Amino acid sequence: MARQVSQQEIDTFVRRRGLFTRRQVLGGAAVVGAMALGGALDRLVLAQQVSEDTTRVQGGPASDVSKGRSQFEQPKRTVTTAYAGIPQISGTDQSQLVGVITPSDLHFERHHAGIPDIDPRRYKLLVHGLVERPMVFTLDDLKHFPQESFPHFVECSGDSSGHYRGLLETATIVDTNPLYSNSEWVGVPLEILFREVGAKKEARWFLAESYDGAAMTRSVPMSKGYDDGMLTYGQNGEAVRPEQGYPVRLLLPGWEGNINVKWLRRIEVSDRPFMTREETSKYTDPLPREGKARQFTFEWDAKSVITQPSGGMTVRGKGFVEVRGLAWSGRGKIARVEVSTDGGKTWGLASLAEPVLSKTSTRFRYPWFWEGQEAIILSRCTDETGYIQPTRNQLLLVRGESNYHYNGIQAWKIQPSGTVVQTYHEPPLQAALPTHLAGLWPLTPDCGLV
Amino acid sequence: MKGVEALLALALAGIALLATACRGPAGLPSPTQSNLLLAPQAQPTPVGPSATGPGYRGAYGLGRDATPEEIATWDIDVMPDGTGLPPGSGTPAQGATIFAAKCASCHGDKGQGGLPATSEVLVDTRPWFERGNPRPVGPRTIGNYWPFATTVFDYVRRAMPFDKPGSLTNDEVYAVVAWLLNQNKIIGEKDVMNAQTLAKVQMPVRDLFVPDPRPWPEYQ
Ligand code: HEC
Repeated sequence: MARQVSQQEIDTFVRRRGLFTRRQVLGGAAVVGAMALGGALDRLVLAQQVSEDTTRVQGGPASDVSKGRSQFEQPKRTVTTAYAGIPQISGTDQSQLVGVITPSDLHFERHHAGIPDIDPRRYKLLVHGLVERPMVFTLDDLKHFPQESFPHFVECSGDSSGHYRGLLETATIVDTNPLYSNSEWVGVPLEILFREVGAKKEARWFLAESYDGAAMTRSVPMSKGYDDGMLTYGQNGEAVRPEQGYPVRLLLPGWEGNINVKWLRRIEVSDRPFMTREETSKYTDPLPREGKARQFTFEWDAKSVITQPSGGMTVRGKGFVEVRGLAWSGRGKIARVEVSTDGGKTWGLASLAEPVLSKTSTRFRYPWFWEGQEAIILSRCTDETGYIQPTRNQLLLVRGESNYHYNGIQAWKIQPSGTVVQTYHEPPLQAALPTHLAGLWPLTPDCGLV
Repeated sequence: MKGVEALLALALAGIALLATACRGPAGLPSPTQSNLLLAPQAQPTPVGPSATGPGYRGAYGLGRDATPEEIATWDIDVMPDGTGLPPGSGTPAQGATIFAAKCASCHGDKGQGGLPATSEVLVDTRPWFERGNPRPVGPRTIGNYWPFATTVFDYVRRAMPFDKPGSLTNDEVYAVVAWLLNQNKIIGEKDVMNAQTLAKVQMPVRDLFVPDPRPWPEYQ
């Protein structure tokens, strides 16, 4: 691919650099200069269009605001669900993304009353209830506190819920994992805020309430606030996006999406939960077999998915295929991701991209040589607590048909044509290894399984 | 000197690689990772007036005291014991009129749901489950899935009607909640709902919820 550079090419390059510098010195107002440089400006304009040989034209100008992605890259969210005619859900397409950070404009959305438009100068956060000093903070106040930043995933409680009932073969990753995204978040540790207002000893829960049209509320254990909860105003290097809660979003690392209340306006400290609609009627797991329902299911159990190759893609042909995907856990770091390319008969360890951090996306990669046969590919992760990602049947057996918190192993089938489809396939369970002990598997020094 | 530095850097990188490439059997984080980031926040040293005395406004002196009025305006939540219920009252009969005018367009004239798509079913008294059946057999509604009547009040007052949230008066909310409870066969046709009576309503599935057993493994 590399080739020798000719002297002529070097000369042209140097000449162009000179031209560019001269133009910068002349500046936009120098009409005479601009006329003298007419030819060069023509070339500048030309560069806006696609050129056969970009080394022979001046490229586009620098600018104060980016014109956005390459015209050839147009990743999009997929709007999936409207409530009473108003779209409230759009999903991230992980098959279009690389690395671990979800670009902010592609972070999934799930709203309960649309996106409020909030003037940061009028923003205020009220903190009251079981506190020594009920207080009001402006956005500036919050930004003045000691700051903390960390990458964390946010995953809607209903992500992958289609698998409880079953998805079609044609399902892509937008159907299987639409409501998962990962951002760097910047803000104030909740612990600091609790100390500032003097949260009382008997405080056990707090209510988080939104500025949105649903004034959406959730109860959160104080312990989570003290542990690693944050009030965030930054996301991926800039202000939190309007869809993600501008100007302030509650962030509870590793916990189901809905409880990370967006557009936060009020915190009320209490000695018990408030039993809001979103923690009773919704976001609870029905256990139909017993006629019960499970409440306050906060943490996401460890989960992984192969993003490439995945449903709807076509594998290039026989030969090298790098199997890539994401793994995460609401309880800490990902310890291990195993990949199988034969429906779970054998597994190999995928490499994990460093740094592997707590409650955030971990990118895994696994080299594979596809010989053109039909193949079922799977990924299965284990987190640092030793928890192993379950199969779909293991989940269905306990939870029946829920709507929430699905984290089963995802299978993709590669057909001999190379087309990839969604499939249900139960890999053989890890023989005689109780789930909670599986973290203690013997590993050989080179990381291969014994 | 440069060369030595480069060699040293290489050696260090090699050690780091060795340490991280292979995670321990129990998946223990390797020491090279940024555990520092996870360290608890350092305690700030209180400044300004004494940490308990009057005028003390936290260690950083940011923010201001909330006024009782601004707390009263925003503090609209209602708890299961009735704390937070406002003055006012309403009956199922009054609620029927309000529901027909302000809710039925989305939730159906009897609260049976359906129109337009994804608006919820509000009335159904049959169980949503069948013991032993892993699949729910019917919709989950106020009648068969909501453990507290106070939550209906709280939610309708803050979030409904969907296209005009927060537009109902307290009397209207009491009335429409009374109608919903009556349609779900939880209160009588003549029962008046107010701060005292609503808090006393016993929902049929008061004990529906069990706590989350995780992180204990659910499955073997
Ligand atoms: C424009 C359509 C619309 C109108 C009008 C409307 N609703 Fe709703 N309602 C919805 C939607 C959509 C939801 C679900 C919202 C969500 O989940 O975020 C909902 C949810 C509810 C729920 C929660 C149901 C559950 O099981 O969780 C209740 C209770 C409710 N509405 C009551 C009312 C009442 C009472 C009125 C009239 C005062 C009303 N609604 C008017 C669309 C509407």
